[in-house]
Amino acid sequence: MNWTLALPELVLAIGTLLILVAGVLPKRETYFPVCMASIGALLLTAVLVLAQGEGSAFGGQYIADGFSRFMKVLALLAAAVGLLLALDFNEKERIGRFEYPVLLLLASLGMLVMISANDLLVLYMGIELLSLPLYVIAAFDRDNGRSAEAGLKYFVLGALASGLMLYGSSLVYGFAGATGFDQIAAAFNHQHGVSAGVVVGVVFVIAGLAFKVSAVPFHMWTPDVYEGAPTPVTAFFSAAPKVAALALLARVLYDPFGDLAPQWQQVIILMSLLSMVLGAFAAIGQQNIKRLMAYSSIGHVGYALMGLAVADTAGLRGLLIYMAIYVAMNLGAFAVLIAMRRQGKAVETVADLAGLGRTDPMRAAWMSIFMFSMAGIPPLAGFFGKLYVFLAAVQGGLWLLAVVGVLASVVSAYYYLRIVKVMYFDEAAGRLDDAPASLGVVMAAAGIFTLAFALWPAPLVAAAQSAAMALLGG
Amino acid sequence: MGGITEMEIGLAHYLTVGAILFVLGIFGIFLNRKNVIVILMSVELILLSVNLNFVAFSAKLQDLTGQVFALFVLTVAAAEAAIGLAIVVIYFRNRGSIEVEEISTLKG
Repeated sequence: MNWTLALPELVLAIGTLLILVAGVLPKRETYFPVCMASIGALLLTAVLVLAQGEGSAFGGQYIADGFSRFMKVLALLAAAVGLLLALDFNEKERIGRFEYPVLLLLASLGMLVMISANDLLVLYMGIELLSLPLYVIAAFDRDNGRSAEAGLKYFVLGALASGLMLYGSSLVYGFAGATGFDQIAAAFNHQHGVSAGVVVGVVFVIAGLAFKVSAVPFHMWTPDVYEGAPTPVTAFFSAAPKVAALALLARVLYDPFGDLAPQWQQVIILMSLLSMVLGAFAAIGQQNIKRLMAYSSIGHVGYALMGLAVADTAGLRGLLIYMAIYVAMNLGAFAVLIAMRRQGKAVETVADLAGLGRTDPMRAAWMSIFMFSMAGIPPLAGFFGKLYVFLAAVQGGLWLLAVVGVLASVVSAYYYLRIVKVMYFDEAAGRLDDAPASLGVVMAAAGIFTLAFALWPAPLVAAAQSAAMALLGG
Repeated sequence: MGGITEMEIGLAHYLTVGAILFVLGIFGIFLNRKNVIVILMSVELILLSVNLNFVAFSAKLQDLTGQVFALFVLTVAAAEAAIGLAIVVIYFRNRGSIEVEEISTLKG
């Protein structure tokens, strides 16, 4: 048994348990050292993933290839930055407990398992390993009613989604006679015509995964959970788990259900259309900026799904580039939101940003870059992300998707630009506190990536191309 | 003698029971206006229907994978129920109630 192939997961699992013990034993609060050790563990795992070989292990249930490598590195970096964002905020909100980084590590382990899943059982275990810690950290500010309500809503709808996905898995198992992705693909290859039971099963599995990426019509939880959860938790939710869930969705659709493409393509097209339109229109009236970012993330998932709907290498490459750029600009924008405090108290409405252009020009400039980039204005990175998926959609003949995508991004530009307008042209509502150094670093790093992507797009595009080839070519 | 017709209980019967349980579980979540605990019970009902499906298919296909899957689902369901109840407890501490209709401070 070739178990050494799963070295990154094993190291992260053992590392998490050691960090948990090291956090429990001392008498004093160990939040800061545990956070640092956890970031170290995530980065070490990312290095191991880069050095990982290719192949499958554990009787074909675990697969490592170029696609899994790209998505794992992206998810791990997003998780590490997500933890960095929480460092200062949690201490100030008096929720600086060492369980937080440990739960994030367990969720990251779940993401790695999801991305490398090659069996319906492993897929389920990965999703649950991701979801259970996320339910807890949504309710992490346990003395705050809003955070508890966010956790409760996320739990109920998350449990429903995994129930739907399991029911789909059971139908697929019944009609294909196996749970391994390779065996399922082989079974569908031999069958002539598709039975209704299989199609129902696939649709249920897609529904369960669509919940995790918060694609319409499975998005109902997103605005409430994003608003109620502590802001660093929201930042984490909007980045790393979406990467892992989209990776899993892509692998499930292309690998075991590749022969059913005509059936699932319609479902993905519909979800992509609805997500883009809802993301564009529902965010317009929002005053709470976390709620606005929730609708914005629903819209971005719609664009990413457009790449999935095309069902060829160019589309998948577009999806991967889009996710990498989305993660960078989204974490940067959240760094600005997490730094929003007035006299030590966290504030979170759009109006609280008023006058930031005069009181803190540097932070306002970074925020404007992220907002322009999300609106898709050239030459920022967000424009290229959209360009790659739109091009793939046009080449794949999905004109309707591309046209609706362009129109939706025009509508969504309104609320992104409104934030820029509030920062530069509205009367200052009072000075915001200075941003802590850890958040300044994240803003600067994400901002430089967003600005410089146009100059050196080649490394990311080449990496996404080879990752897409690894999934579709093999 | 006669009078008693023997009926074979086949795969279709199990799947029907599974589907009924599944639909009951989903309706239990959406139509329930009373108590969060009822929602937790509905989630268990959904997982139960899935297990029934897996075991029925496993017997039909003469393949053990389905039963292994059912054991994993049972284990995860226990962990999920523990976390769900913990979240209900902290919610109750904050609000003093677990009425479903009152869970609505976050909206917009």
